Amino acid sequence: MARVKFLCDADRCIECNACVTACKNENDVPWGINRRRVVTINDGLPGERSVSMACMHCTDAPCAAVCPVNCFYTTVDAVVLHSKDLCIGCGYCFYACPFGAPQYPRVGNFGSRGKMDKCTYCAGGPEADLTQAEYVKYGANRLAEGKLPICAEMCSTKALLAGDGAIIAEIYKERVTRRGYGSGAWGWKTAYKDGVAL
Amino acid sequence: MNTAIQFIRAGAFALLLVFVAAAQPAVAQQAPNPTAQSVQEEQLLKALQPGSVISGRITIPDGSAATLIQPEGQDWRQFHQGTLPIIGAISILGIIALLVVFYATRGRIKIDSGFSGRTITRFGGFDRFVHWLTAGTFVVLALSGLNLSFGKFLILPIFGDATFATLTGYGKVVHNYLSFPFMAGIALMFVIWAKDNIPNKLDLEWIKAGGGLFVKGVHPPAKRFNAGQKGVFWIVAFGGLVISVSGWFLLFPFTGGQIVGDQQFWVNVHAVIAMIFIAAMLAHAYIGSVGMEGAFDAMGSGQVDENWAKEHHSLWVEEQKKLGGAAPKGAVPAE
Repeated sequence: MARVKFLCDADRCIECNACVTACKNENDVPWGINRRRVVTINDGLPGERSVSMACMHCTDAPCAAVCPVNCFYTTVDAVVLHSKDLCIGCGYCFYACPFGAPQYPRVGNFGSRGKMDKCTYCAGGPEADLTQAEYVKYGANRLAEGKLPICAEMCSTKALLAGDGAIIAEIYKERVTRRGYGSGAWGWKTAYKDGVAL
Repeated sequence: MNTAIQFIRAGAFALLLVFVAAAQPAVAQQAPNPTAQSVQEEQLLKALQPGSVISGRITIPDGSAATLIQPEGQDWRQFHQGTLPIIGAISILGIIALLVVFYATRGRIKIDSGFSGRTITRFGGFDRFVHWLTAGTFVVLALSGLNLSFGKFLILPIFGDATFATLTGYGKVVHNYLSFPFMAGIALMFVIWAKDNIPNKLDLEWIKAGGGLFVKGVHPPAKRFNAGQKGVFWIVAFGGLVISVSGWFLLFPFTGGQIVGDQQFWVNVHAVIAMIFIAAMLAHAYIGSVGMEGAFDAMGSGQVDENWAKEHHSLWVEEQKKLGGAAPKGAVPAE
């Protein structure tokens, strides 16, 4: 089985935010929650770069390690998913996540958090594949349909790559070799302990 | 005609070559060199100060989403999964071990002169209400809090995922709500008891004598509260303050700072203080019940045996007697 990853080629990203919008639409993401976002570093300065970021589906995921109810699990494709039935909305995964992926709908008293929501790599959740129950809680399960995440599929500049980590790293390396520059595979060092050697 | 056209073409071509040749250096200067100034992740990560994050500009209203990478999350995970459970285990298991050793060697501290049968009012109804309000909520808060740190190792394997998650979910709600009466209890305690807990010279004597805890028949003089009780009071006052403030920032996220690092800080403070607080309260509960004969009555009925009071709070008993003698019968003694 492949070890799937995301890779955002910041030298190609044009900050169109279509990945953000497509994700919200495909997964019916609740109001106030963005599973994917585009952050522009050094905005307005020479050499600014935009990076589309979501859950990186880390190896040895910190969210899973700190969860007090063990609601996280990793699929055979190395996608990090969680069960909203078990989640208590404590916020620990948000503290631990290096990428700010976990988010919570504000429900109930005080600043009380509801069940955590994050990028599922368009792979649904623990419910049976492609059921209504799965869609309502976690959104689309494109992986079960043999498709890749919608954000990467429709990226107009092919900046955002999804798929087998080894293959997308190879594609990125080829690009960097051909054009002679690359600002790095953002987040890979933090998420997988190894970047893409350029 | 043909030759004229050819001549013009040749001339135009030559002219073009001149232009191209002239334009060449200019084009080379304008050619974008994206590597020269482009932001590199590697550099940003290397330049990152401890506690800071890589952030940029975002077009969605959620400001916290502007943080791209916060490597501190990994540090927090290390603390939360490594250091904190060790602090908790050492302080809680440590105090239990000490208490067991203390009980095994000293046994239950008896009233040396036995029960007199006469009692004296130690704590009135309001004092006891405040004590049990704080203590009762503390026990529930402590258990639901410890469950967050240790539950998945100790309780989850027994009950299974679903039951444990439901239990912990209710625990979170209870922890949130009971924090308010707990904070009220801490504040009231401070108001009613702080004046009798100001350290003085008498406390040094008490500490020198080991509080009479370790030797039979030794009873250093004490007023309303001895140095040990004052210690417990200030642990509760300061611990309660810190745990309330840090807890408040967890109840209302991002009121104690704008970034996730602040939340990490407050949850760490909350957890560490809680572990030490729980350990201290275990010792307090021990000496107030199993550890000492006659001690529980102070917070139970509020009436303690006169001999117990004379042994542990000799000066306070004298004070009370004087007050009782001076005041008309039936008057409530001033505290």
